[in-house]
Amino acid sequence: MNKGRLVFFSVLIAWSTAFLWSGGLAQAALRIDITSGQVQPMPIAIPAFAGASGGEAQAGSNIAGVISADLASSGLFRPLDPRSFIQNVSATDSTAPQFADWRQISAQALVTGSVQTQGDGRLGVQFRLWDVDAEQQLAGFSYTTTQQNWRRIAHIIADEIYKRITGEEGYFDTRIVYVAESGPAQDRIKRLAIMDQDGANNRYLTDGRALVLTPRFSPTAQEITYLSYAGKTPRVYLLNIDTGQQEVVGDFPGMSFAPRFSPNGNRVILSRAINGASNIFVYDLRTHQATRLTNSNSIDTSPCYSPDGSQIVFNSDRGGSQQLYVMNADGGGIRRISFGSGRYGTPVWSPRGDLIAFTKIGAGSFYIGVMHPDGSGERLLTQGFLVEGPTWAPNGRVLMYFSQGPSDSRGYGGSPHLQTIDLTGYNHRVVPTPGAASDPAWSPLLR
Amino acid sequence: MRIKFIGLAGLLLLLAACSTTPPPPGPPGGPGGPGGPGGIAPGAAVPGSQQDLAQTAGDRVFFEFNQSDISSQAQQILERQASWLQHYPNVTVTIEGHCDERGTREYNLALGERRADAVKNVLVAAGIPAARIATISYGKERPIVPGSNEEAWAQNRVAITTVN
Repeated sequence: MNKGRLVFFSVLIAWSTAFLWSGGLAQAALRIDITSGQVQPMPIAIPAFAGASGGEAQAGSNIAGVISADLASSGLFRPLDPRSFIQNVSATDSTAPQFADWRQISAQALVTGSVQTQGDGRLGVQFRLWDVDAEQQLAGFSYTTTQQNWRRIAHIIADEIYKRITGEEGYFDTRIVYVAESGPAQDRIKRLAIMDQDGANNRYLTDGRALVLTPRFSPTAQEITYLSYAGKTPRVYLLNIDTGQQEVVGDFPGMSFAPRFSPNGNRVILSRAINGASNIFVYDLRTHQATRLTNSNSIDTSPCYSPDGSQIVFNSDRGGSQQLYVMNADGGGIRRISFGSGRYGTPVWSPRGDLIAFTKIGAGSFYIGVMHPDGSGERLLTQGFLVEGPTWAPNGRVLMYFSQGPSDSRGYGGSPHLQTIDLTGYNHRVVPTPGAASDPAWSPLLR
Repeated sequence: MRIKFIGLAGLLLLLAACSTTPPPPGPPGGPGGPGGPGGIAPGAAVPGSQQDLAQTAGDRVFFEFNQSDISSQAQQILERQASWLQHYPNVTVTIEGHCDERGTREYNLALGERRADAVKNVLVAAGIPAARIATISYGKERPIVPGSNEEAWAQNRVAITTVN
């Protein structure tokens, strides 16, 4: 675009050689500021990745499709219709783009890539991200994986593109654990389910015989903690995602519920019901020691650690109504942070540490909102008959929650579904699930 | 009918049952467990059964929105339940606490527990050993009456005494 770019141009590794250079450029010209409210989505061209054989070409087309869907779902990108493409980069490998062809269809960014089946049968995938106006490469990476793992490569590439252009970490290489629901309201069947964040690879983790609720991911292990009514008493369990093995957390008499992992994955924080009250305990998974954090005659529940593990936000009615409180990780320094009109619940601390999301109930409606950890800056993002249970994407920019409508006298019509909304309040989306769904929890980035 | 056990307490029980208004009729089908119809059903109930409890004393008490306070009407029903439990000393019960849908999931689990526990406290105060009374909360998970309206919600803010 301007002569200054030639300086960068000359030190770039020529695009015909090794892909492993990642760029690390000082500010790319191509940038979206995702904090500024509603954005004009950036037109981006993502042609099918080149592949020599029919199978490889199909994989290349599939990968480009998943990348396009991910970027479109963020609301920040507008993948252009492949039928409008002039240059056919899919038919050849490692060719320099004819930038004029891409400018002609108003693409600002371009993604090219290729796919091969390697000698050992594994899949090799490479991509490059181009700034069309500046005519320069912004990123290029090479990956190898098993043939059936191609979706993860596509998500990882989408995250790289998102990161280069927004400056923020992405959230596409993630999974969602949630509760799949079926049947009428008074006889609902609930099963734990897990899927990729785009709805692919959905599978069930429990069989529906026991009522299961509120699953949450471990930050460090392939484990989920959740509430199950499998035994006589509703209790907190761990479930190994890979083996399906379940074990009870602690050996508490009475109901235990509302579990979450600590940031280092070594402890589970939860509520225990004792003589009608509910108080917060932390259970150490290694030492099997339980530590009591709150001691009240009220309901203390829904605890959630800050990402640095130093603070805990929780839900309590100790002041007379259901509100949000923050305390130190040792249980000291309890202070109320919610002061608006209405009731507050389900607090979750953003992975960025800067905000707490919550469910608010007031004036006959439910809301999903955010506030700073000191309670200031309360902002409501979405509203519905019943919207509840926000969970943060790992980059702290998107919230997923469930929404359900009123049910009729037979118990139908009120089926919940998963939805997402950006922190800006824009880009409201429905998350595809095979059936009704509630209680979503977003995994960390899988890498 | 075991006439020899009625005595004075039983006579008072019969008089109490006649003099107070019957509990609101419940819908067919109880939540979870073995319970039959929660409301007034025709026909003779098996002594010591859920139906017998429901017909004799009333097997459920209701709560105000977001509250676990025992109302005066609830107190009367629970005292009748206590008498009935005295009458059948081998019967154990589980108090199920429920909430309507207009709350968040975990808080409702806790509120259901508080309601169940409040009922248990009344029964224990009326002389029933705590060991005979278990509690369980279903939060908003097992609404007794489907529907999103005030009538259904009022029926779902309930603690149900179920015969084990």
